[in-house]
Amino acid sequence: MRLKALAGALAVGIALAGPATAQDGDAAVIGVSIPAATHGWAGGLNFHAQQTIRELEERYDNLDFVLSTASDPGQQVSDIEDMMATRNIDALVVLPFESEPLTGPVQRVKEAGKWVTVVDRGLSQENIEDLYVAGDNTAFGRVAGEFFRERMQGGGKIVVLRGIPTTIDNERVEAFQAAIEGSGIEILGMEHGNWNRDDAFEVMQDFLSRHAEIDAVWAADDDMAVGALEAINQAGRQDQMWVLGGAGMKEMVKRLMDGDTVVPANVTYPPAMISTAIELTALNYVSRAPVSGRFIIGSVLITPENAESFYFPDSPF
Amino acid sequence: MTTDTARTPARAGLRIDFHVWGPVVALLALIALGAWLNPNFLSYGNVTNVLARSAFIGIIAVGMTFVITSGGLDLSVGSMAAFIAGVMILVMNALAPSMGVGWGVILVGMVVALAVGLAAGLVNGLLVTQARIEAFIVTLGTMGIFRSLITWLADGGTLSLGSAVREVYRPVYYSGLFGIAWPIVVFAAVVVLGEIVMRKTPFGRHCAAIGSNEQVARYSAVNVERVRLATYVLLGVLVGIATIMYVPRLGSASSSTGVLWELEAIAAVIIGGTVLKGGFGRVWGTAVGVLILSLIGNILNLADLVSPYLNGAIQGVIIILAVVLQRQKKAER
Repeated sequence: MRLKALAGALAVGIALAGPATAQDGDAAVIGVSIPAATHGWAGGLNFHAQQTIRELEERYDNLDFVLSTASDPGQQVSDIEDMMATRNIDALVVLPFESEPLTGPVQRVKEAGKWVTVVDRGLSQENIEDLYVAGDNTAFGRVAGEFFRERMQGGGKIVVLRGIPTTIDNERVEAFQAAIEGSGIEILGMEHGNWNRDDAFEVMQDFLSRHAEIDAVWAADDDMAVGALEAINQAGRQDQMWVLGGAGMKEMVKRLMDGDTVVPANVTYPPAMISTAIELTALNYVSRAPVSGRFIIGSVLITPENAESFYFPDSPF
Repeated sequence: MTTDTARTPARAGLRIDFHVWGPVVALLALIALGAWLNPNFLSYGNVTNVLARSAFIGIIAVGMTFVITSGGLDLSVGSMAAFIAGVMILVMNALAPSMGVGWGVILVGMVVALAVGLAAGLVNGLLVTQARIEAFIVTLGTMGIFRSLITWLADGGTLSLGSAVREVYRPVYYSGLFGIAWPIVVFAAVVVLGEIVMRKTPFGRHCAAIGSNEQVARYSAVNVERVRLATYVLLGVLVGIATIMYVPRLGSASSSTGVLWELEAIAAVIIGGTVLKGGFGRVWGTAVGVLILSLIGNILNLADLVSPYLNGAIQGVIIILAVVLQRQKKAER
């Protein structure tokens, strides 16, 4: 099997007869370090990272990948140190678990003369990375806020489920609040559901016992939306309110496509942005296209009309 | 303290023995606080919510009481619950097309949950008793193993129960007996049976004997290994029962299911008056401990007392206070 692959690679190499893409016969090694699949969105991230690496390894013989997943910032730092020490990587694609603790280690990678791509969570110091690929958290909050504004013309009462306390969550919530300001929409309460179904279920149950009148819920994440919807069903109040989730989980996009009235829309925050980052980094080694800079992936509103193009039944998320 | 009460017997009846009643006093104080802060706190809906969501940890914590009483510890229960939930969902989804959607599939799922729980408990128990590895290390290891297995089974995402099966299964969490939700009924039954087993049966007494002095228990012809093994198996089966009640709630399992349940269960056991080093266990106290823990979260959600960032700190303070109340007498002794 291996011999066959080797023979195939040789044949391809001869056929191409040494174009500019081959770098002295040596494969470039790209290290990818991302958080472990601890919640739905991160699960999608892991799926897309693995998928992209498999495709790129098939497509280019002169690229090698090292993927590691970390369940805390400390472990991620060790992973990156190991990649530098034992795998001799040429480039690092990293989605930092937290900005502060990862800034120093990633800077050392950069100082060693490696290419650095930072994904989603920025480092706390500027100008370290060659390429920055990220979702737009401010837009995520703003798009959601604008949707509320448009749908609740006369104002109304809403509750908000927040994520794990982080800068990401703060940026989203601040943008959301700015977008609904002056619209007459009143936020009755905000609690942390930690991007977790069970936590969101319990928080929503308590919101429902506390407030007799709720017109809508901003769940800000589809895992939380699932929990919140279940709590609303249990209380039998699904006719009184609707829920806006976020991130485009396949089950929720499906409900949208089916015209569920409790789930009128969704806002994207695609975990597939890791694919963008890996592909762009790979381009640096296989083409002459300049790829350094910033690449911001917008958050858009998914409605029943355009839901089809955001539905990925094979993804775990 | 003892001489003091002996000298003034008239006052003894009025004094609250905090070692016994500490957790109950804390629980009553929390209930009073909740009722004062929000009129909906004592409503049927809220009481049902709190009791039903306590049931998972509660059922597990009853098993944990036996393990801790006999001087053991199990850190793997949260991951085990997630793993059992995952296996259960996979089995039910796989069987639904051939068996048809109905109670048959769900009964098979329940049996699978109990069997996997029993097997997982057996693995923990055998490693502790036969391989003679510290319970802390064994269960720390299996905790990681179960957590990884569920992540792997779910491919990093979420395993969801097919919607048709789910509709049939749903009432197990959401409906109940005479208006009392099933998880509460099962939780209550487990607590009552657990209390009887702990107080009235040789098994319960053997657990306490082993926990307080293993050597003496051995010389008293107690089969130490078998009793220890039985506590882990019992806990595994109870984790299975808890999972049976958990799965119909959201119909899904992922790598974030059951995170930190083990610590909540252990905290509930200790708040309830069971000694962490073993030798004395109190099942009803554990039930009170579980209720204290979930009431704190509920009250913090019902009233904007503090910034939500501080919820964890409030929980920590109340846990420590509840234990301080009942330890005071011991320190004076």
